[in-house]
Amino acid sequence: MVSNSSTNVLLSADGTPLKKSLNRSLRQQKMRALLLIAPLLIFILVAFIMPIVSMLSRSVENDLVGQTLPLTVQSIQSWDALSGELPDEPVYRAFAQDIQNAAKAKVHTKVGLRLNYEKSGIASLFKKTARKAKKWDIENDGPFKEKLTKVHKGWGEVEVWQTIKTHSPTYTSGYFLNAVDMRKTVQGAEWQPEDKTILIKLFQRTLVMSLIITFSCIILGYPVAWLLANLPMRQANLLMILVLLPFWTSLLVRTSAWKVMLQQQGVINDVLVQLSLISNEGRLIMINNEIGTIVAMTHILLPFMILPMYSVMQTIPPSYLRAAKSLGATNWTAFWRVYFPQSVPGIGAGSILVFILAIGYYITPEIVGGTKGVFISNRIAYHILKSLNWGLAAALGTILLVAVLILYWTYDKIVGIDNVKLGG
Amino acid sequence: MKNFTKTILTTASAALISGAAFAGSHMAMEMTIVSWGGAYSKSQLKAYHEPYSAKTGVTILNDDSSSTAVAQLRAMNEAKNITWDVVDVEAAPAMQLCDEGLAMEIDPDTMLAAAPDGTPASEDFGDMLVSPCFIPQIVYSTTFGYRTDLVGDTPPTSVCAVFDTKTYPGKRSLFSVPINQMEWALLCDGVDKADIYDVLETEEGQDQALAKLDTIKDDVIWVSSGSDTPQLLADGEVIMGATYNGRLFSLIEEQKQPVAMIWDGQVMDLDGWIIPAGLSPERQARALDYIMFATDTQRLADQAKYISYGPARASSAPLVGKHADLGIDMGPHMPTAPENLSRAFLMNYDFWADYRDDLDAKFQAWLAK
Repeated sequence: MVSNSSTNVLLSADGTPLKKSLNRSLRQQKMRALLLIAPLLIFILVAFIMPIVSMLSRSVENDLVGQTLPLTVQSIQSWDALSGELPDEPVYRAFAQDIQNAAKAKVHTKVGLRLNYEKSGIASLFKKTARKAKKWDIENDGPFKEKLTKVHKGWGEVEVWQTIKTHSPTYTSGYFLNAVDMRKTVQGAEWQPEDKTILIKLFQRTLVMSLIITFSCIILGYPVAWLLANLPMRQANLLMILVLLPFWTSLLVRTSAWKVMLQQQGVINDVLVQLSLISNEGRLIMINNEIGTIVAMTHILLPFMILPMYSVMQTIPPSYLRAAKSLGATNWTAFWRVYFPQSVPGIGAGSILVFILAIGYYITPEIVGGTKGVFISNRIAYHILKSLNWGLAAALGTILLVAVLILYWTYDKIVGIDNVKLGG
Repeated sequence: MKNFTKTILTTASAALISGAAFAGSHMAMEMTIVSWGGAYSKSQLKAYHEPYSAKTGVTILNDDSSSTAVAQLRAMNEAKNITWDVVDVEAAPAMQLCDEGLAMEIDPDTMLAAAPDGTPASEDFGDMLVSPCFIPQIVYSTTFGYRTDLVGDTPPTSVCAVFDTKTYPGKRSLFSVPINQMEWALLCDGVDKADIYDVLETEEGQDQALAKLDTIKDDVIWVSSGSDTPQLLADGEVIMGATYNGRLFSLIEEQKQPVAMIWDGQVMDLDGWIIPAGLSPERQARALDYIMFATDTQRLADQAKYISYGPARASSAPLVGKHADLGIDMGPHMPTAPENLSRAFLMNYDFWADYRDDLDAKFQAWLAK
């Protein structure tokens, strides 16, 4: 008792210090809470975060070349790639050994394809060489410089060896350079030739068109949301169903419907011609270009704008507007000075939703965008599914993700994320 | 709390067990066959799947993923979980899958059925066996169809009509990829058929092809899928357009649209089966059994009853009969029919394996200009 009072520690019923026992029970509570959300947490980690991280890490990984051609990569380091001369016999010999092993393990095409992204022709060079190399006796069949050059004249080109050397490190900046229309060469980073630059243009187009779509959604969605919030219950419910109905319809159906509406022999053009507003020859081109993408995507994303706006507007008391008017404000002033500022959080939430959804859209631009209305995602899909250049696709995806995060951050700085409300 | 956890655990394990049981039964009596969907899958269903299921009792699940088969097989291989048993792909992807070790090698004479007269499969398929892993099924072609009501009194007979906007004004649809479009452009710019790929290897040749395409760029609707051109033709959106010959056949003969075909300059390609490498012995045996059945002489000829693609076996050609519903003679509608074949153009797989990435970047940049 004496010692206790001297240190001034309060004890709980079982004699442990109160602070300690409180901490323990708090910790237990926290653990329990954590356990409760653990399934969700683990699920998100395993099914969402990990795949994304592993996919994004492909944008810098480049171990394929080093793994498939280990001896070549090692011996080529001593070769001066800028000398303009071919590497010496040891490099050729190392390569002959590597390609023989690779051919036996059937991995030579993969590395050939990898290097073919950097220089056309390497794919078939590797394939052809591997076929021959399978039968070689590496110990006695030298010199390989002549032998390889005889198999394919490509082995007498400095550029081929430069490509192998440039792309041999385990980690590479090459994919990111490619993603912004540059390429990695022995002399360092270089712009792609002009007739191959497309990706920066696509990034710009994606951003600009997503902004246009977001603004069209605001302009079209605001009056609808206002009506929804201010009509009597019965009409509002009906209107709500009309807003949600397309939302429940398949995306593909809606996109294809726009095709029927917008094409040159389509409904809109037919009506315009019948009303003699345009001539039969002067039918408007509204699909397979930017207009098609903007119209179809605005329509598809509209509910994502209307719903947050509506839920915010619902909480604005009508008495405020009446008060403003009773104090002498005109209709416009009352709206602009009193109502609108209170609805901004809804616009903010809707805009973020629509913009972020738009920037990653793929299927709608693919169907109605033609060549002028496609987004960067269409290029990502091409590299994932067709050219199998997953490194480049990952680099493009990473840039897109970072761009969205930066925009989100700027938005937070300017508007403030606290001002975003999805309701209440 | 305890009860809750227990419930969750029980449910989860029950789900796992039933899942495992399901997977077990899948091993026994089910197989997943990957193809292209649409009318093509339907023709396979009628000619191959239904008779095979009737004969063996195996349930066949269809997966319409052929257009992205290489990417998916690569991913499956990395994940070490192959869920497909037999995959329908074109020749070029089949070669790539074979080179990468993602498809199993086939010995035609032991694993495929001989012709009815005893000719071994390797001779019966002949030149069609372009890769050791590839079991050819059909010959198809990419070619042009035109609206008969929009071309006036001089219907086009040459592929170069596509580039002749004076005689045939109006939109035309082309695929938004360099493959085929570059060849047609050079062909119509006066390059000899035999020299096209040599020319296309050079920068000047590529520029020449793009310059030729430039002359019609504003008149082209660029499409990405084989179903686009038939729709555009049916709606009168385009006066002519390129797609697969089977799609055009169905547009003309089944849907009775005012459309006709230009066989000139048709680019022929092969489509067939591969079996993914790394299947369990049991699944592999079943896949091989299916392949043996589905690529015999009669079965290949049967498929031509439902779609106008030419069977890949020489011995099947004489057995090609009439369309199952329409009753028309299918022979003249095959890309391999003699009068069509003489004007065909053969794709160079090796060239495109090398230049596809490069030319695609150029082509897309040119399109975006």
